[in-house]
Amino acid sequence: MFLENFWMALKAIWANKMRSMLTTLGIVIGTAAVIAVVSIVQGFSQVITNEVQNLGANTIIVEPHRPPGKEGKLLGKIALTWEDGQAVMRTCPSVSVATPIVQQFGEIKFGEEASNYPIIGVQPIFQDVRNYYVEQGRFFGALDETSRTNSCVIGHGVLKELKLPENPVGRDLLIMGRTFRIIGVMEPKGQLLGQELDKFVMMPYATAVSLWGHDVEENTAFLVRARTAEVVDRATDEIENILRIRHRLRSDQPNDFEVSTQKEFLNSFNKVANGVTYVVAGVVSVSLLVGGIGIMNIMLVSVTERTREIGVRKAVGARRSHILSQFVIEAITLALVGGLIGIAMGIGVGAIAANLIPNWPGFFVPVWALTLAFGFSSAVGLFFGIYPAAKASRLDPIESLRYE
Amino acid sequence: MSALIEIRDVTKRYEMGAETIVNALDGVSISIDSGDYVAIMGPSGSGKSTLMNLIGCLDTPSSGSYVLKGREIATMNDDELAQIRNREIGFIFQTFNLLPRADAVQNVELPLVYSGLPRKERRERAVRALESVGLGERKHHRPNEMSGGQRQRVAIARALVNGPSILLADEPTGNLDSKTGEEILALMDDLHRGGNTIILVTHEDDLAQHASRVVRLKDGKITSDVRNRAVGA
Repeated sequence: MFLENFWMALKAIWANKMRSMLTTLGIVIGTAAVIAVVSIVQGFSQVITNEVQNLGANTIIVEPHRPPGKEGKLLGKIALTWEDGQAVMRTCPSVSVATPIVQQFGEIKFGEEASNYPIIGVQPIFQDVRNYYVEQGRFFGALDETSRTNSCVIGHGVLKELKLPENPVGRDLLIMGRTFRIIGVMEPKGQLLGQELDKFVMMPYATAVSLWGHDVEENTAFLVRARTAEVVDRATDEIENILRIRHRLRSDQPNDFEVSTQKEFLNSFNKVANGVTYVVAGVVSVSLLVGGIGIMNIMLVSVTERTREIGVRKAVGARRSHILSQFVIEAITLALVGGLIGIAMGIGVGAIAANLIPNWPGFFVPVWALTLAFGFSSAVGLFFGIYPAAKASRLDPIESLRYE
Repeated sequence: MSALIEIRDVTKRYEMGAETIVNALDGVSISIDSGDYVAIMGPSGSGKSTLMNLIGCLDTPSSGSYVLKGREIATMNDDELAQIRNREIGFIFQTFNLLPRADAVQNVELPLVYSGLPRKERRERAVRALESVGLGERKHHRPNEMSGGQRQRVAIARALVNGPSILLADEPTGNLDSKTGEEILALMDDLHRGGNTIILVTHEDDLAQHASRVVRLKDGKITSDVRNRAVGA
């Protein structure tokens, strides 16, 4: 009986192709939007998650930070130095390694080529903290740090832009007017969400501090690596405690620094992703509502058009429930056909978007989104089909048979 | 043995507005035996359509009793009536009333769908019914690919397919030319001889000649009820 009704419904839909198409447009658009957006958001999440894992989920960033508002103003001077960092290393059992990191923006020159890049001062341990290594040459050693050598490691993106030779190790660069020797090139990282990750120059932290002076030294951030990803939260607490003690902050004063983790970054990204998903869900529910009303409308028309058919069916023995299920199934089928077309279109749009965006991890639609789209369109068909179907089932057979 | 149909003192009232009440049937009693061929006649407004709807279980009387095959119909609900129509009544309409999108077999098997028969058995019985009305060659034609006479044969096959107690024909030749009409009446005569009970509703005396008993109605009352000597019973 069910299959019978289903085939009958497909036949009826096919008999009114144009009308059925227009009717289901709302549902087509709704499901297409869901599938496309979910696949794109999922793709972004994948990119971000990959990147975070690449950075190491156990990386913690500590920066000097003046809290907003009156409390912040009352704090006086904000300073964070590498002595604080060394204290963190000494006293925090959940911390494995850490490097100070200072950064300025400045001109780099090679021969006639010049460009502005971030110039970053770090200690030799940086590679292990960031899980990011040299591709050519070597990274800084302890000697570079203690003797403040004028050596530098460049990002892969600098190579081409400054027209450096294929193997630039041993060549000299001008960094903010001073000569530095290139000792290594970092491995390429590509882009993250349109941001270039390979355009920078690094020098030893001690060199940077002697170059940029006391103010920079008091504005040092640290990159800290927790022993494992599981103890990141504990490490964060330990760092906060020791820094509050060192900075002599009373319990009513806020932190004059900020400790952030990749997890927080991931959380804030997820918040945005969820926000997008909710907005789309809102748009889609409106679209499905419109689609559902369209289906109800066309089913009412269909019931009127087929009054005689309903009369005949009743005359030969159809009960109310037979007529009811016939028309409900027809409405559901109509909605489902719309849903399937929408899913196909959404997959198409998602796939095109995936091809247009560089570094995309590959097109992917989660099963739950397909199930949801499928389930929702049939639910809309059911909900908006019941009224017309009930109307059909209540028709009087004598009146219906007389209907012209 | 009691009669197939036992209608006793049945009335059917319609309220037309607040004050006016129309008695479409006014104390009608009639009993019909199995195997009979009864013509119900009368001018329009005589109540013959109302009587046909009651006999066909499309409607229930306002008062009185209608017993079909020993079961009281007057107090049944919609679903019970549907089941009786499905099992006991075969309708033949003036306008055929076939489903336009379904082919002949699908039209004929419609009552069997609502009896809940499995697909294969439905097919077999529908094909047999079509063959019995001489349409074995037209199983997969749609109504719009057939002549009026062929359509009415499909409708008769549909009426017969579930082995009903009564064939109820409402002006079955009204939309046919006289030659095709004669063929359909001949088919109905054959069905009568084959043991089927037929109730024919018509306003044409020529048609009524085929019946073995003629019941005339006027103003909701039976005015005459005679055996047709020409055909006999």
